Amino acid sequence: MRSNGILRIVARFLIPLIMLFALYIQFHGEYSPGGGFQAGVVFAAAWILFALIYGLDAALDVIPERAMYVLMLLGVLIYAGVGVAGVILGGHFLDYRPLLDDPQYAQQLGIVTVELGIGITVSTVTMLIFTMFVQRKSESLESEPLESEEQD
Amino acid sequence: MLFAIYSLLSAALFAVLDAGDVALTEAAVGAGISTILMLALLALVPRQEADAPRPNWPALAVVALTGSVLIYATLDFPEFGNPDNPVQTHVGPYYVEETYNDMGIPNMVAAVLASYRSIDTMGEGFVILTAGLAVYALLGGRRRRPKAKTTKRENGAP
Repeated sequence: MRSNGILRIVARFLIPLIMLFALYIQFHGEYSPGGGFQAGVVFAAAWILFALIYGLDAALDVIPERAMYVLMLLGVLIYAGVGVAGVILGGHFLDYRPLLDDPQYAQQLGIVTVELGIGITVSTVTMLIFTMFVQRKSESLESEPLESEEQD
Repeated sequence: MLFAIYSLLSAALFAVLDAGDVALTEAAVGAGISTILMLALLALVPRQEADAPRPNWPALAVVALTGSVLIYATLDFPEFGNPDNPVQTHVGPYYVEETYNDMGIPNMVAAVLASYRSIDTMGEGFVILTAGLAVYALLGGRRRRPKAKTTKRENGAP
């Protein structure tokens, strides 16, 4: 692997900022533009930048593929779980008002929680799609000669 | 590359129109992630393009007809920015006036997205999840092949 010194230094400086910005638009989304979708994509972009510069293996050490499967399911489960929690506490599906006594706080809690679920799912799915593409590419580069004799 | 520039320009347009949420999404998804995924995809497929044999006149006729019908349909649109438009008189005023009383948060987009129209957003979440599962089903199958030659081939994920 080539060293790419400038890229590495700039990325080392930028990636934490991008992740911080993602967290900001995730959790400040009720007050300023932003929300789960945007935050998830920006967070995944930081991870993809890391993967582009340090290689996919290093990036998969940070967030392993198995964790992506778990997290992308966990995200929609958080979302649906908030809805079911509303039903259990005596409201409609995805009705946030039964969650807390104060209806405004209950709405904010519900919004923040479902946005978190969306953010987790979006970021991990984006990372997973990128991982799949890159693995397929490196696999076809490595195993091209093997392909003909290994057909089963 | 043109797609990325186009997305960036639309993001700037949305920002000019004060639609910060949409501008952020367009810049992140359209200009950022789509471009990366498109480049990754281009690295996967062969570089050569098959020669087009000759112009396909029926297809051009269908496209031209559909386009002209769509342009004709836009003539019936209400005037841009008119306060009496249906979009301004239906549920929009309720969201504008009551969001802060209902939720206590100033961002109406987040309120509509995550609370008033929450089930739609959950559907979108499941769409994203389905996209991830579809890519896994298409590309994720034979991953461990080169390493797992000594051991038995194991399945990728639960």
